[in-house]
Amino acid sequence: MAKENELVEQIIDRYAADTGMLIPMMQDIQAECGYLPADQLRSLASRLDVPLSRIYAVATFYTSFRLAPKGLHDVTLCMGTVCYLKGAPKICEAISKEFRVEPGGTTRDRLFSLQAVNCVGACALAPVMIVDEKYYDGVTPESAVEVLRSLRPAEEPETKESAS
Amino acid sequence: MIETPVRFKSTADIETFSRSLRDRTDSTTKLVRVCIGTGCAAKGSRRLYELFCEAVKQSDLDVRVEAKCVGCHGFCERGPIVVVEPGEILYQRVEEPDVAEIFRETVLGGRVVQRLLYEDPDTGKRAEKADEIPFYNVQKRIVLGGNGRYNPTKITDYITEGGYSALAKVLSSMLPEDVISEVELSELRGRGGGGFPTGRKWRSCRAAKGFPKYVICNGDEGDPGAFMDRSIMEGNPHSVIEGMLIGAYAIGSEQGYIYVRNEYPLAVEHLRMAISQAQEMGLLGRNILGSSFSFDIKINRGGGAFVCGESTALMASLEGRTGEPRAKYIHTVESGFRGKPTNLNNVETWANVPHIINKGGEWFAGIGTEKSKGTKVFSLVGKVVNTGLVEVPMGITLRQVIDEIGGGVRDGKGFKAVQTGGPSGGCIPSEHLDARVDFDELTKLGSMMGSGGMIVMDEDTCMVRVARYFTEFLQKESCGKCTPCREGLSQMLYILDRITDGEGQVGDVERLESLAKLLESTALCALGKTAANPVISTIRYFRDEYDAHILERHCPAKECRGLFRYEIDADACKGCGICLKNCPVGAISGENKVPHTIDQEKCTLCGACWEKCPFTAVLKV
Repeated sequence: MAKENELVEQIIDRYAADTGMLIPMMQDIQAECGYLPADQLRSLASRLDVPLSRIYAVATFYTSFRLAPKGLHDVTLCMGTVCYLKGAPKICEAISKEFRVEPGGTTRDRLFSLQAVNCVGACALAPVMIVDEKYYDGVTPESAVEVLRSLRPAEEPETKESAS
Repeated sequence: MIETPVRFKSTADIETFSRSLRDRTDSTTKLVRVCIGTGCAAKGSRRLYELFCEAVKQSDLDVRVEAKCVGCHGFCERGPIVVVEPGEILYQRVEEPDVAEIFRETVLGGRVVQRLLYEDPDTGKRAEKADEIPFYNVQKRIVLGGNGRYNPTKITDYITEGGYSALAKVLSSMLPEDVISEVELSELRGRGGGGFPTGRKWRSCRAAKGFPKYVICNGDEGDPGAFMDRSIMEGNPHSVIEGMLIGAYAIGSEQGYIYVRNEYPLAVEHLRMAISQAQEMGLLGRNILGSSFSFDIKINRGGGAFVCGESTALMASLEGRTGEPRAKYIHTVESGFRGKPTNLNNVETWANVPHIINKGGEWFAGIGTEKSKGTKVFSLVGKVVNTGLVEVPMGITLRQVIDEIGGGVRDGKGFKAVQTGGPSGGCIPSEHLDARVDFDELTKLGSMMGSGGMIVMDEDTCMVRVARYFTEFLQKESCGKCTPCREGLSQMLYILDRITDGEGQVGDVERLESLAKLLESTALCALGKTAANPVISTIRYFRDEYDAHILERHCPAKECRGLFRYEIDADACKGCGICLKNCPVGAISGENKVPHTIDQEKCTLCGACWEKCPFTAVLKV
């Protein structure tokens, strides 16, 4: 607990305890922890003297915040107009089916978190999938599933079987 | 990065420094410029850059060669793009093995590698330079002019080519009033979508009582299918900063904010670097260039909410609150961010300002139509041959943009519509393709200029589904503050779902229209008021598609599952049996080498046969 508070203290100092910078502070917490742990948000609320309900409102309003730990890898699927026209919904469906994960969720083995976003602004590459900051262009349902399968560590063949 | 630390103390210092940089540039130096915009970078251009650098290091010949990363060239379709100087030779779709050849042949030998040049698909003619390619020569690049030439992470590149000279001019010879008059004279209108006259906005903000005043750059480019602002922020961040500096001087502000979308990490990185370099050189901070003017900029990353592109919602987000818009009867120029006078402009608007100051408002007003001046950057995407970023003078026709620059519709398909203005815009059909790119003309057609997405749709696109897509997008992104938007969009989506599922009822179109009218007249913010545009414009131009869905239970574009059938073309079918093996429900029958048939009773319309047939003998009817 003490260690966590230290992190919150540091981040608050970074922004000179300016409550207007609440969103950057929360972004920094998420960058450190991978998500927004409830304890951190509680200390943030008490240190800034901001109601926890307001922090919770902000955390749930913006889609980039998450309240649960994420998977090992970050998978972002673009759902912008062009990607949509070029078949993004089918890719999303294929991923959901293969890995039993809905957009916004994390696979049960915590391999990756799937996010469907509005537009990553790389329309020339449509349909686009981003895995840990690497852009994959012109993906198909098959190639997307293939890329995500390759994220699995090779020495665990049994998980592969259970998922297929 | 910058060899000699320089801190400018007067406006004359910039010109001196710029001249010394130009003098130092050896004209015999050969230059390889590698595009590292997101499009090219995704196709491995950073690796190409490294390979060129290695080649430069290993070459023991007595030539000066410099490899350089540059911002987006716009021709993303053909990436990665590499340009070699002298000669401005443009190579496209460059791959790792090509690097050695380019270096040996072109850089050292001065010969052109023909196979890497752009080849005109119609004439087969190869183009050596960018301006020989139709994609570029119809364009007029002002805002994007520096993209593809500057290294966005080096302030010296920007200064060498005259960057920050507009700021020096303003601080040394213009009063704030003069700056505003110049911008008014240019008739620049906001590039974020609204099209409000920029000069008038600045004037009201300057006149507003209250201190401090703020200037904000809206980089929350939320429209799906639009990436103009991203490329400017990534490719030429200093142009935005210089624009904001000039605006701040005119308005009387000391603090600026750039609000960048969360999905644009490279833009944030480049802006951060640009700001710290500008601070080091005395272009941001206290007493800029030795004057009494002080100004600094902070960057905020968005949280991933579409509504934050709306100015009042953006300000709420900057204040650390949920991004809910407020009613506009209190103008933000009087009471905006933290209740103080605030001037918010879009990235592209800011990037236009240094050009207006340098070349004069009259020059700018000489480009374009009567009510829309200058150029506009569009992201030309969708089912078009040349996808990319284009900058065109106002007044050019949509047809020119799509056919001449874009190269027409991809795969020889027929054109159906072009969608402009993002979720607040509409779909424009082929009969209006000769309409001019102009704020008012596009609005008249039921669409809008918007921030600059231009999405081309072909004959295989179902317009009801397009309307449904945008409605679903907006329904998810509605902040929920006002009832018409929150509930109205849900109801519209419900009706559109029904229609695309083949359960549309007579009167549904009228119900959609009445909900749309309600939204337009009662929603709180501009996003809500225009939310029905995609539905209204598709009803206006493609009513027959709605009717076919509702009355005939048929989707003319054959996209809505269940509203068309699969059949096998007996003439094209070779009886190979692939479809039969792939059908999950055993609906296909037929002897080997004899045309097969689909049992419509059993068929679940999964489309497996259509995807697998090697002879395209399975038809959608």
